[in-house]
Amino acid sequence: MHIIIPIKQVPETSKVKMDPETGTMIREGVESIINPLDLYAIETGIQLAESRGGRTTVLSMGPAKAEEALREAVAMGCDGGVLLSNRAFAGSDTWATSCALSKAISRIGPYDLILCGERATDGDTGQVGPGIAAWLDIPVATYVSGIIEWRGSSAVVKRLVEDGYETLEIETPCLLTVVKEIAYPRMPTLRGKQRARKVAIPVWGPDEIGAAPDSIGLKGSPTRVVKIESPRVARDGDIRAPKDPADLEKAVDGIVAYLEKLDLLDREGAKPRRTETDGTE
Amino acid sequence: MNASASKPSDPVPERNKEYKGVWILGEQRSAAVQPVSYELLARGRGLANRLGVPLSAVMLGKTGEAGLQELIFRGADQVILVESPALEHFLPEPYARALEHLIRKHKPEILIAGATTTGRTLMPIVAVKCRAGLTADCTHLEIESETGNLLQIRPAIGGNIMATIKSPLHRPQMATVRPRSMKAAERDESRRGKVIRESVPAELLASRVRRLGFEPAAADSANIQEAEVVVSGGRGLKKRENFDLIYQLAALLNAGVGASRDAVDRGWISYPHQVGLSGKTVSPKLYLCAGVSGSIQHLAGIKTAEHIIAINSNPDAQILKVADYGVVADLFEVLPMLIRKIEERRQGQRP
Repeated sequence: MHIIIPIKQVPETSKVKMDPETGTMIREGVESIINPLDLYAIETGIQLAESRGGRTTVLSMGPAKAEEALREAVAMGCDGGVLLSNRAFAGSDTWATSCALSKAISRIGPYDLILCGERATDGDTGQVGPGIAAWLDIPVATYVSGIIEWRGSSAVVKRLVEDGYETLEIETPCLLTVVKEIAYPRMPTLRGKQRARKVAIPVWGPDEIGAAPDSIGLKGSPTRVVKIESPRVARDGDIRAPKDPADLEKAVDGIVAYLEKLDLLDREGAKPRRTETDGTE
Repeated sequence: MNASASKPSDPVPERNKEYKGVWILGEQRSAAVQPVSYELLARGRGLANRLGVPLSAVMLGKTGEAGLQELIFRGADQVILVESPALEHFLPEPYARALEHLIRKHKPEILIAGATTTGRTLMPIVAVKCRAGLTADCTHLEIESETGNLLQIRPAIGGNIMATIKSPLHRPQMATVRPRSMKAAERDESRRGKVIRESVPAELLASRVRRLGFEPAAADSANIQEAEVVVSGGRGLKKRENFDLIYQLAALLNAGVGASRDAVDRGWISYPHQVGLSGKTVSPKLYLCAGVSGSIQHLAGIKTAEHIIAINSNPDAQILKVADYGVVADLFEVLPMLIRKIEERRQGQRP
């Protein structure tokens, strides 16, 4: 069994600080990490490869330093990695990115499963996973929260949607995008780190994957970013810090008044009672 | 995404002129039109009026007569309907092929869908097949005066920036739109329109994915993306049992129940309730939270909430910086008092 896991290196947004004056993001000194939502795909892939017998290949497109992300995935337990890095890929939108990644996947070779994070925490589109499936013309299931059964020529998966969970049977090879619920990512091991230092990570450009120049990079991207703005973050709200019980009561009356202002009080209250199955299973 | 603007000298392909009209992709469940469809009609109507072109609602799968009529009352000039048992539930392949088939036949200049689990899966596939530009999870859509291009505005990097994106050379211009980022279109019973029933060749409707079953969420309270009010709890609740306070308040306000990542990771509540970067992005009229500190990831999930009320004992909590109304106090004092006051008010009003 061969599992390919496309991942992305992103800025660590949890460490991002906001400039209180301008409301903009301070980017200096922000570290790069594996997109946190890709960790669930990596963990799922490693678990499947361990339990079914198989190997995992991580794939990333980005600047040269995205190699760090691939080595970290190997330290967690992935078997190998491939980096797509070349000036020709710069400026790719999700259309061009999914094109390049799909061509790299075809070059890597036969696979049974492609696992993606649901979306990246920087671009936040979630479009590249389904896009890769479209390029490769393989079936896709998104928002997968569990793999119930791996049958070889098909898999049975659970998919999280707005009002519940679907159970789907999907033919293989296929692409799944996964959500956090599916697995708890492991930490890199010492042995894994040693392996990660030595493993060869080939770096491919457009020639290696046979990508036409007009299908990758800015040139291949249908979308253009025309403007970037930083919205003001602070709302200058009315913040009460009650000092005594009378004050507290006034502050709570303020909430009631706010609810009234929004016309939220004169309505039938309602369904959301906690049920037995509503907690964590 | 890339940050370089298109050059004004880019020649606009002749074929773009063949593409006319604004489409919204409606959603149906068990043949009932879903509310997100009416939000999309409100968006689409504005764009179509601006461009002076017709607005069409595309429905895939059996849709009841009342629903078709409702789409017209709420702004559609025409409904393009494809009915087939293969389209009863959302499955990526038949949906994508049916939509691609319609696009190639009718050539719309704009196609918008909800940023729902359906829209966010279907649209990227269709965009690849049609070589179209697609922008995810937009909160604003405008028409560029000089060119008539669709300007697609969306939050990125955890809501820290707003990016304006366009697809100057490709058609259709495609976007998914965040649910609840716009009010549903008003209903006008005097509106008239037509329903066009299209058929799609059967071989296009084959699927390598089969839907075996569906397990509804235990409670509506988990559908926080469509809720008008979300009441949320965080680590400040201290233990699982205390989440009952959040549930009680949510029940009174007919609200969805949200949670911070901390609360979910501690097993106090299940993942579908998680708000933030690794959970859901919500745009309710009111987001009310208690014991949520407001990590940057959590704030990313509530940037488009209309109003935010926060209760937190720590005066330095980030959540208070984005709150419209905040109370710096012990939530175990505030919540029971708030619940009591709302209940008393209700009882007082009943005859």
